[in-house]
Amino acid sequence: MQDQALFEYVLRLADDSLILGQRLGEWCGHGPILEEDIALTNISLDLIGQAISLYDLAAELEGAGKNHDQLAYLRFENEYKNVLLVEQPNGDFAMTILRQFFFDAFRLPLYEALMQSPVSQLAAIAAKSVKETRYHLKHTSEWVIRMGDGTDESHERAQAAIDHLWRYTSELFYEDNKDEQLQALEQVPSLKGIQANWMETVKTVLYEATLAIPTNNWKFEGGREGRHSEHMGYILADLQYMQRAYPNMEW
Amino acid sequence: MTQAEQERRFLDKIDREIKIEPNDWMPDEYRQTLIRQISQHAHSEIVGMLPEGNWITRAPNLRRKAVLLAKVQDEAGHGLYLYSATETLGADREQLMDDMHTGKAKYSSIFNYPALTWADIGTIGWLVDGAAIMNQVALCRTSYGPYARAMVKICKEESFHQRQGYESLMKLCNGAPQQKAMAQDAMNRFWWPSLMMFGPSDAESTHSDQSIKWKIKRFTNDELRQSFVDATVSQAQILGLTIPDPNLKWNEDRGHYDFSEINWEEFWQVVKGNGPCNKERIAARLKAKEEGLWVREAANAFAKKRAMKKSA
Repeated sequence: MQDQALFEYVLRLADDSLILGQRLGEWCGHGPILEEDIALTNISLDLIGQAISLYDLAAELEGAGKNHDQLAYLRFENEYKNVLLVEQPNGDFAMTILRQFFFDAFRLPLYEALMQSPVSQLAAIAAKSVKETRYHLKHTSEWVIRMGDGTDESHERAQAAIDHLWRYTSELFYEDNKDEQLQALEQVPSLKGIQANWMETVKTVLYEATLAIPTNNWKFEGGREGRHSEHMGYILADLQYMQRAYPNMEW
Repeated sequence: MTQAEQERRFLDKIDREIKIEPNDWMPDEYRQTLIRQISQHAHSEIVGMLPEGNWITRAPNLRRKAVLLAKVQDEAGHGLYLYSATETLGADREQLMDDMHTGKAKYSSIFNYPALTWADIGTIGWLVDGAAIMNQVALCRTSYGPYARAMVKICKEESFHQRQGYESLMKLCNGAPQQKAMAQDAMNRFWWPSLMMFGPSDAESTHSDQSIKWKIKRFTNDELRQSFVDATVSQAQILGLTIPDPNLKWNEDRGHYDFSEINWEEFWQVVKGNGPCNKERIAARLKAKEEGLWVREAANAFAKKRAMKKSA
């Protein structure tokens, strides 16, 4: 049971990384400046790398003899447990950066806390990923500030992205009885503490960017339970295309 | 110092294999030739990201996805050093990109061919990067210092790109019959465009003579093309792929492979903008430029505001 809970927990982390990495990969060659083509593919690459390590661990916990690719590529839509935030379309550069910023501000304190986990493999993945995530958060924070305090247009676009994405942020802190089991064993941190840390980062950066925190706290959730947005099917159609069209082959 | 003296000193450096550096005197035509050639190379890196980028979301497994991301990221990096090298010659990155958008500046025509299957990604690595390396290894000794130094780093990464492409094809060629067929199909489509990458034949090449004299280029187009064919035949044999040229044959007397004449009509048509993807590639670059305009404006406005705050 405990392995089942931990499996689910690691799978959520892995799916978040995979789907966000997949989304960022769409930017390749289309960035607003060459430096951002490099940065966005770099972040995508880090996330795919994290997904590989996390799926390896999940596969081991599941004990069904699967490998990371089978977990990443061969599940049905409702078996993916990523938050809705990461599957949202790239939109304009502001939308992509804000989506990434909200995610990084969540991932950094989460990884910092997971470094203390007695589950040694999870702690090791967190220790490796924390360095990457710190850089991602620095990069996205700088862009949020630049856009917010840049031109009228960039300010408006950044604010529009915040207003749109805000409804998806509460799900980052979704917890169910599986989390509670793991928290009782002190294997994973409570997301309440992570949420406080996240809010602090968001407030600080948006304040410096002269951007406002939305007052409408209406929530969109469901990804953690496998209920996704309409976008998810298209993401999987691309992601799984080769594995579905040419089953059981090595690449 | 008179211009004649400066020119004599410049040629003397070229003769003695001393690199020309940004602040050295150089003939205007040497500068313009370098800007044209380096920017063309930079544009090729950037446009080359498009056919490959197209497959990132569909890569068949996570390892291939990561490798492809790393490769495309390297290409953006190459573009960046190369544009920086042109800046040392007084060129402006935005202006150079605009010249590409209007068709005034060219990029490698190979990227006007579509990447239709996953095997194309391996084939681009093997043949296209392989052909690029032939050119670029020679450029590591080019006479202009910043260009030569950029090439040393670029060649190391390109050699990784070629190996990953070959390794990916190895998997296909040792895999299921559909995989092998996919690889052969990619070979059939990419072989001739890869040979075209070396440019027009020496008799037709307008810029070659002077570039060789100034040691910007160290080998002619035809010499490099021949080296590429000679190196590639045995690699294709190991994969078990057939090169789509009935006249490909070892010539004992020449010590080289003979091969058919390139379809120069196709070559010039693609150069002139009539390849299968010319319009799409330029449209994608223009869209990125237009949609990114507000981002660049924001970054500039922000930098100005911060500079003002500091000086206040």
